[in-house]
Amino acid sequence: MIQVTNLKKSFGSLQVLKGIDVHIHEKEVVVVIGPSGSGKSTFLRCLNLLEDFDEGDIVVDGFHLKDPKTDLNKVREEVGMVFQRFNLFPHMTVLNNITLAPMKVRKWSKEKATEKAMQLLAKVGLQDKAHVYPDSLSGGQAQRVAIARALAMEPKVMLFDEPTSALDPEMVGEVLAVMKQLAKEGMTMVVVTHEMGFAREVGDRVLFMDGGVIVEEGTPQQIFDAPQHERTKSFLSKVL
Amino acid sequence: MMDFRFNIIVEYAPFFLKGVLWTIGLSLVGIFFGTILGLAIGLGKMVQNRLIRLPFDWYVHFFRGTPLFVQILLIHFGVMPIFTAQPNPLVSGAISLSLNAAAYIAEIFRAGIQSIDRGQMEAARSLGMTHVQAMRYIILPQAIKRMIPPLGNEFIVLIKDSSLAAIIAAPELMYWGRAMQGQYYRVWEPYLTVALIYLVLTLSLSKLLHRLERRYDA
Repeated sequence: MIQVTNLKKSFGSLQVLKGIDVHIHEKEVVVVIGPSGSGKSTFLRCLNLLEDFDEGDIVVDGFHLKDPKTDLNKVREEVGMVFQRFNLFPHMTVLNNITLAPMKVRKWSKEKATEKAMQLLAKVGLQDKAHVYPDSLSGGQAQRVAIARALAMEPKVMLFDEPTSALDPEMVGEVLAVMKQLAKEGMTMVVVTHEMGFAREVGDRVLFMDGGVIVEEGTPQQIFDAPQHERTKSFLSKVL
Repeated sequence: MMDFRFNIIVEYAPFFLKGVLWTIGLSLVGIFFGTILGLAIGLGKMVQNRLIRLPFDWYVHFFRGTPLFVQILLIHFGVMPIFTAQPNPLVSGAISLSLNAAAYIAEIFRAGIQSIDRGQMEAARSLGMTHVQAMRYIILPQAIKRMIPPLGNEFIVLIKDSSLAAIIAAPELMYWGRAMQGQYYRVWEPYLTVALIYLVLTLSLSKLLHRLERRYDA
């Protein structure tokens, strides 16, 4: 589904990604963990080219992102993204937040988009919030709407960029529950997170990143129960 | 002040009426073209390429950094004669006001758009929207709401600044105030009347803008 080869990226003179190679398979849930500044968010943002990269290649669903002939908007239609700070559109109701892209990008009718949106709101447990504005939602509710908004495009892959980091602790669970459900339904997911419990329970594969490289990868059991590298061990000892 | 002569104000009323219509006309033309030109220049100032941005930057530097008074004189006596032997002072005034307002409005547009959180554009693009779609549906609706108060401010300044066109004998409100002063050697009657009329114009505009703001807030 996503093939990343020798991905390199610098901000000015600071190289944040120093050659990432990873293959993400269909229906796989890949969890990326690592200390702040390890490049994990940048890596994720390269996957839909919100962040341009300097070297290497990324192929998403058969599209080479760096190929000038590739229509990035088409690629992004298939790659949903959920942000740390939700980024809901504050001037629109929850319902319109969700229906806008399907109507304008996928050219769905209003009826079809609304039906899909209501279905998704039910799925994330927020049917009753369809007609309110985002500023009246709690953080957990806002993030669930953001997930519904991304799902409304019926993407093939979902990217999660620290989706629970901006939430009050008591709201983390409701967002993780939605993500778990999504994983169970077979969605291909790449999740950058600090939620080690989620990584262990839901992840098919865990990547540990530090200093712009993937230091270690493996099943959650391998990473959490038997880490091989010193850096992995030292990171886990601090967060577990 | 003791002998305030209302009769000369009444005598000049038809001229003040004509003058105020030209003042409104100048202001509307300035608002209209200043806004269109300002939008274009504001967009130009947001281009990544520094070389393309440079002329737009200098446009704003020049028109914000020099007095409108000087700009009017330059345009009427310097620039317009290149195109026509007998420049019309109202046209020169309208052009000067539009060009001057555009510089301020360009900055209002740029600031409004750039004040919208970067995450909004990212969210829109991540959903597959084009840059134009993201601007139209996500960025501009939010930015315009923030632009209304400073734009209103600029429009009020523009109404008042149109009085400077009197210096090139454009027959707007201030021109007739000066004419009356010259004829009767009176100060309070012409200038107080003119001041009051400007006040009515600017207060009406701020009322209108206030309503617009409230409607956008709802």
